[in-house]
Amino acid sequence: MSINNKINVEQIKLSVENLDLFYGNNHALKKINIQIPANQITAFIGPSGCGKSSLLKCLNRMNDLISNIKITGQITVDNENIYDRKQDVTQLRRKVGMVFQKPNPFPKSIFDNVAYGIRIAGIKDKEKINNIVENSLKRVGLWKEVENRLQDSAMSLSGGQAQRLCIARTIATHPDVILMDEPTSALDPISTQVIEELILELKESYTVVIVTHNMQQAARISDITSFFYLGELVEVNPTNKIFTTPENKLTEKYITGRFG
Amino acid sequence: MVKTKIYNLIGYTIIGFLCVSTILPIIAMILFIFSKGISRINYEFLFTVSSSMETGGIFAPIYGTIFLTFITMLIAVPIGVMSATYMSEYTKKGKLFYLLELTIVNLAGIPSVVYGLFGLGIFVLLLKIGISILAGALTMGVLILPLIITVSYQSLQAVSENIREASYALGASRLQTVVKVILPTATPGILTGIILATARVAGETAPILFTAAAYYLPSLPSSVFDKTMLLSYHLFAISTQVVGVSDEQKYGVTFVLISVVLILNLLAILIRDKISKKLGVHK
Repeated sequence: MSINNKINVEQIKLSVENLDLFYGNNHALKKINIQIPANQITAFIGPSGCGKSSLLKCLNRMNDLISNIKITGQITVDNENIYDRKQDVTQLRRKVGMVFQKPNPFPKSIFDNVAYGIRIAGIKDKEKINNIVENSLKRVGLWKEVENRLQDSAMSLSGGQAQRLCIARTIATHPDVILMDEPTSALDPISTQVIEELILELKESYTVVIVTHNMQQAARISDITSFFYLGELVEVNPTNKIFTTPENKLTEKYITGRFG
Repeated sequence: MVKTKIYNLIGYTIIGFLCVSTILPIIAMILFIFSKGISRINYEFLFTVSSSMETGGIFAPIYGTIFLTFITMLIAVPIGVMSATYMSEYTKKGKLFYLLELTIVNLAGIPSVVYGLFGLGIFVLLLKIGISILAGALTMGVLILPLIITVSYQSLQAVSENIREASYALGASRLQTVVKVILPTATPGILTGIILATARVAGETAPILFTAAAYYLPSLPSSVFDKTMLLSYHLFAISTQVVGVSDEQKYGVTFVLISVVLILNLLAILIRDKISKKLGVHK
């Protein structure tokens, strides 16, 4: 149980308490309680429609964009309630960045894509912007591939490159947490491997929460795995425990591929 | 196999034939006017202000048409694009929205001469602007607003939800998202609407008949409060109201009118392509 103890003493970055989420009459998330430690990779797994993406989108309030949604309970980031009235959503989203399922670069130049977040945050100093863009692209290993064509449209990048660009774009705003919603499901195996290695590197500086359909992926990269089923959080445990000796029968069935 | 091939062949032949039959009349018309009017085209015809309706140079109507088109766009494009942005990005799709949409569709169906009379009543008489480029441009502006709004709205709606999300996830406000991501992405589509509208303004006759056009003026308009000669109205006048104008002169004017419209279109298409290329999106 040494791993468990180790996790408990880790600093808690994100905490979800008694969260319920309704789309109209559909009760999509039921009394969710989960704590996400800093500088770890936490994976959300479960079959389609289990609510894992919905929960992820609560963590930076992207669900605010959906009408007819009702959320009760509490989510804290660094002990601050993000659903508090005083919470500035744009500030929150800078602190809790997000990478999406399909690479979604803006139809702008590669440079402008990465610079977008800091520019809208009000940074005008050209040298500072140049530095941040360069560092962010280096961090995701894209710099060498694009340094001579920063002014080309980002639409000219391959799928894997575009997804790394989207990660660089998120990093550029200096978030604490990076949420990833199935970031490799639209990519080929080689690009997937590159992104997975990148995610492992990122956890030194960021807290990563990743939703994945791919159980092997969760096993390969995450420290903690949480299994969702029909809107409920069934089990949270260190990844090596959940994939070897899961506590819950349902988790075991899912992991061994008997449903899902 | 053979049967499929024969069906394909027949299908392609029919489509090809129909395709040619849509292009052919346009080409024929342009070639006809070109061949009849080209002999009249020279420097004096294009760039001198006429001393007589029958034979003189037509710089005044050319200048007037370009001037009026420019002022019309200056008025209608910002209003049209902002209306479309409001409809696409800000309103909820409720009753008010559908009423708005219905109004715009209906406006697009009103005959242009009605717009002319409306412009005369509102801009020329009620607001006392008088018959002038400004009154004509305002009238034309109202005429092309539905076109600009509809096309702009559609291109804004075509902007992928993915990149809106990307912008919000980076901490952008709604206004920042609209101004910095959505509008630039929709620009090629919006420009298509503006291209269509430009051609329409340069060629329309009825709306400017009572609001801006002068039958004959010996000088160029110096401000938006002056009347002006216009190519479309000039052609109408020399074809129906002036006796003794040679056919060559008429075809010459027609040729210039078509050329102005085509050149304005071409310019706008070139600008659009340049922007599309910069954005890396294909039209």
